[in-house]
Amino acid sequence: MDEAPGRTVSADQETDTQYVEEWVSGTEVPDEMATGEGAQEMALQESGYRFREQLGAVVTDDYLYEEEVSEDERMIINMGPQHPSTHGVLRLQLELEGEMIKRCKPVIGYLHTGMEKTAETLTFMQGPTNVTRMDYLAPLHNELAFSLATEKLLGVEVPPRAAAIRVLMTELNRISSHLVALATNGMDIGAISMMMYGFRERELILAFFEKTTGLRMNHNYIRPGGVAADLPPGWRQDVANILKTIPARLGQYDDLLKENPIWLSRTQGVGVITAKECRAYGITGPILRGTGVEWDLRKVFPYSGIDQYEFDVPVGAHGDVYDRYRVRVEEIIQSLRIVEQAAERMPKGDFRADDRKVTPPPRARIDESMEALIHHFKIFTEGFRPPPGEAYTAVESPRGELGCYLVSDGGGKPWRCHIRAPSFYNLQALPVMLAESMVADTIATIASLDPVMGDVDR
Amino acid sequence: MSEVTTDHAPEAEAPHPVIAPVVDRFPEARWEISDTEWLVDVDRAQLSDLAAACRDAGFEVCVDVTAVDWYRSRRPRFEVVVNLLSHQHRRRLRVTAGVPADDPTVPSLYPVYPGVNFPEREVYDLFGITFEGHPDMTRILMPDDWEGHPLRKDFSVGSVPVRFKESHKVI
Repeated sequence: MDEAPGRTVSADQETDTQYVEEWVSGTEVPDEMATGEGAQEMALQESGYRFREQLGAVVTDDYLYEEEVSEDERMIINMGPQHPSTHGVLRLQLELEGEMIKRCKPVIGYLHTGMEKTAETLTFMQGPTNVTRMDYLAPLHNELAFSLATEKLLGVEVPPRAAAIRVLMTELNRISSHLVALATNGMDIGAISMMMYGFRERELILAFFEKTTGLRMNHNYIRPGGVAADLPPGWRQDVANILKTIPARLGQYDDLLKENPIWLSRTQGVGVITAKECRAYGITGPILRGTGVEWDLRKVFPYSGIDQYEFDVPVGAHGDVYDRYRVRVEEIIQSLRIVEQAAERMPKGDFRADDRKVTPPPRARIDESMEALIHHFKIFTEGFRPPPGEAYTAVESPRGELGCYLVSDGGGKPWRCHIRAPSFYNLQALPVMLAESMVADTIATIASLDPVMGDVDR
Repeated sequence: MSEVTTDHAPEAEAPHPVIAPVVDRFPEARWEISDTEWLVDVDRAQLSDLAAACRDAGFEVCVDVTAVDWYRSRRPRFEVVVNLLSHQHRRRLRVTAGVPADDPTVPSLYPVYPGVNFPEREVYDLFGITFEGHPDMTRILMPDDWEGHPLRKDFSVGSVPVRFKESHKVI
């Protein structure tokens, strides 16, 4: 070790020479190079080559890595389950190489409450109360899938007014769900205004839901045999108000996002998936349509008479985050068209099937008819007993194919009630979309999937 | 699965041209082809081959995999239910396969449809049916150290007893 002369302490000098550690001011060695510029002065004492390199006169590339990064450089990090941008309790295991995602594994189950097991302990009449809590952003679609499956087992047809009310309400629900998707997608990328706007418009629709069903969420409104109650007085005014307000607000969203360069650079070409991969992984809904596949269960396997309404199926082309965003905006416009037609041609008549074994009698009849009282009592205590069999029905929820597989053994409760949750399957697309992408794009990609963890875990 | 009741009788004429090649290849499977629904019940050993044949016949999407526990009312005890979908033909096909309780294993459909990754794990988690050939046969919804399979009928729903403050005095 090369030490300064005079600082060396040898064994024989130890007694007469003491090394002073204290810094006495004024004893510093004067710096010959010091100028008035202090630390900002360019380092002249380095070699002339280095100096010219710093000036830009000489260009070298000796700072680049030549050797390959070894396997040990990979890092596994957890994202979530408590993370504001994972839309609930979704946990991702990401294997990173620098900023690049090599592998990704979604870990779910944090919100599992055994709702399919609970459904086996509830009667068919109580079933919608349970399933409406699964996809809490599209509760009416859950109820519709369950009710259609029960009606298929029973062989019951709902009257035209009930079908029209179902169409009206589910399409409004689609709008409110897509508004949340746009709002959270915007917020995750940094467009905070979008979140304010999205939740503001959603409030309009939720207020109408509250007026009609009594609850803002978890409505239990669509039930086997029809709907729980007729549309409230003044509903035409409310629907007209929604139809007038939302298209103008959609223009505001377009001003905010559609050609915003930051938004475009964060979404275009990010989280790409192809149509073939979508089919292989069972992915449905706006993600599938974003790849250019015109697949909508409302067109292919129509339910509730939705084939009598005029609407288009918007599709994207590239299968990236931006196309999914556009598909959702266009679907809001198409849903508004359906709502308008449903409000115009709302048929008169009963809002539930006239089958006293399935639907409760009108309240007024209970006071005057013994049979009505008995039917009312029987339905709400033990429900009804569909014949043994199996039924699978699917509706196009805002997130994709929402199916209900009901098995009846002839009893008053479903032997098996399985909900084919679209978010559960769509989440499988995440490792495909995130492979070889940047960490920062994870947020945008998750938001574009629009997963609802209540739907994933059930 | 002959006791499955549907609201239509099996048709006598030749099946739909879309599904006919698969019907010809698996004549021993129990087919129920009607205008509204296409159902088939196969032996579990053939499930993977049948799915591959269906995929080649145009059923490119596996929509859903689930199971039913018939407990004491039927034999074999379990039934794996696979819902297939064809985008090009706009048809659905429901495939079922019985699984005995003493050997609850089924060949995995993962090589045919990679989208069954999550649902097969869910069926394993909730019913205890093992899918052989699945790359990651672990629990997905329940905690890893959970004992039992909740959607089996002999797994009780369970409840937490509510103890009121004065309840011991009443008894």
